[in-house]
Amino acid sequence: MSLSAVSGWSETDLGVDGRVLEVVRAPAPVLSTPSAKVDPTDARVVQLAADLVATMRVSPGCVGLAASQVGIAQHVFCVDVVGHPKIRTTHGTFVLCNARVVEASRREKGREGCMSVPDLTGDVKRATRLAVVGQLPGSEEEVMVETDAFEARALQHEIDHCEGFLFLDRVAGAHAIYPRKTYM
Amino acid sequence: MSHIAITVIGHDRPGIIAETTSTLAELGVNLEDSTMTRLRGHFAMMLLCTGEVSAARVEDALAGLTADGTLQVSAREVAVEDPAVASARPYILTVHGGDRLGIVAALTRAVAGAGGNITDLTTRLSGELYVVAAEVDLPAGADEAVLTAELARIGRDLEVDVSFRPQETDVL
Repeated sequence: MSLSAVSGWSETDLGVDGRVLEVVRAPAPVLSTPSAKVDPTDARVVQLAADLVATMRVSPGCVGLAASQVGIAQHVFCVDVVGHPKIRTTHGTFVLCNARVVEASRREKGREGCMSVPDLTGDVKRATRLAVVGQLPGSEEEVMVETDAFEARALQHEIDHCEGFLFLDRVAGAHAIYPRKTYM
Repeated sequence: MSHIAITVIGHDRPGIIAETTSTLAELGVNLEDSTMTRLRGHFAMMLLCTGEVSAARVEDALAGLTADGTLQVSAREVAVEDPAVASARPYILTVHGGDRLGIVAALTRAVAGAGGNITDLTTRLSGELYVVAAEVDLPAGADEAVLTAELARIGRDLEVDVSFRPQETDVL
C-alpha cells in the first residue's frame, strides 16, 4: 500500500483534460443514492476524475466534489483543501475511487457547507483523525490517506456523498442548520 | 407572581427586541427563557416571563409595537411548568427532500405514536429543498428499532430522506 502516491499525485497524471460539469442540487435523487463501485482503470472513470477536478477548480470555495454531485452515481470524489485556514495535514489535490474509512477518532463539531445545498450550512461532528483507503484513478493499487483536521472533514463529507448522505443527515441538533451568510 | 407567555411576530426591522424588552423591564417583568429568530424574513419572539402584573397589562404596554400594523403581539398567563428534563434517551431526527404537504405531520405522528416527545424542531425551505431537524426524547420503554423502521417507511412514501439516530451529548 502506497503512502506517498497521494501526495505526489496531480490531475496532470490523468492525461486527459477535465470538463466543467453542472453541479446538481438537493433534492436531486442522485444525491440520496449510494454510488456504485468503479474500476479505477476504466477510461471513463479517469475522464470523470479529470472532470471532477476541473469542476472543483472553477467553483469558488469548493474543497471537494463527489461524482454524485455532477449527477453520476459512481464511487469517485476529488479533494483539495490547500490554503484553507483550518488545515493541518494536507495531501494537495487528489481523486479517490472506492474509498472507505478504516480508522476514525477524536470527533469534533465543525461547520459544513455543500455546493449541492448552496443556501444552508450545518454543524456536524466528524473525526479529526482519519485513515481512508481507496484507489487513485488509473491504478488498481490501494493507497492510504492518513490525515486530520479540515482534510479529514472534507474526506468524510465526500465519502458520505458516495454513500448517498448529505451533511444534513449528520447535523448535531435542531438548531444546527443555518442560512448561509457568506458566499464565495 | 404571574407567568406570562409573550409572542411578537412580524416584519423584521432593527429595534424590535430593544423596544419589547425595554417595555418589559419598565413593567418589572423578568425575561426568563426565550427564543427569537428570523423566519423567512419575519422576526419571531417567544418569551416566557414572570412579573407582578397581569398578561393584559403587558399586552397593553406592548401595543405600541403594533401601531404601524407590521407586528402582532400577544401576552397570556400560563401555568408554572417544571423546567427539569425528564429522564429519556435523546435522538436527532433529520429529514430532507422535495417540499410537499404533510412531511412534518406524518413523521411527528409516528414519533408521538411511539411515545416520543419532540423537545425542539426547526424547518427550513431553501428553494425546492425542505429540511427538518428535530430533537426527540424517547422514553425508556420505547422500541427504537420499530420507530426507526416506521420513520424510514414514511420517508420512502413521501420521497424524502430520513435519519433517526441517538444524539451525542457533549459532557466535559
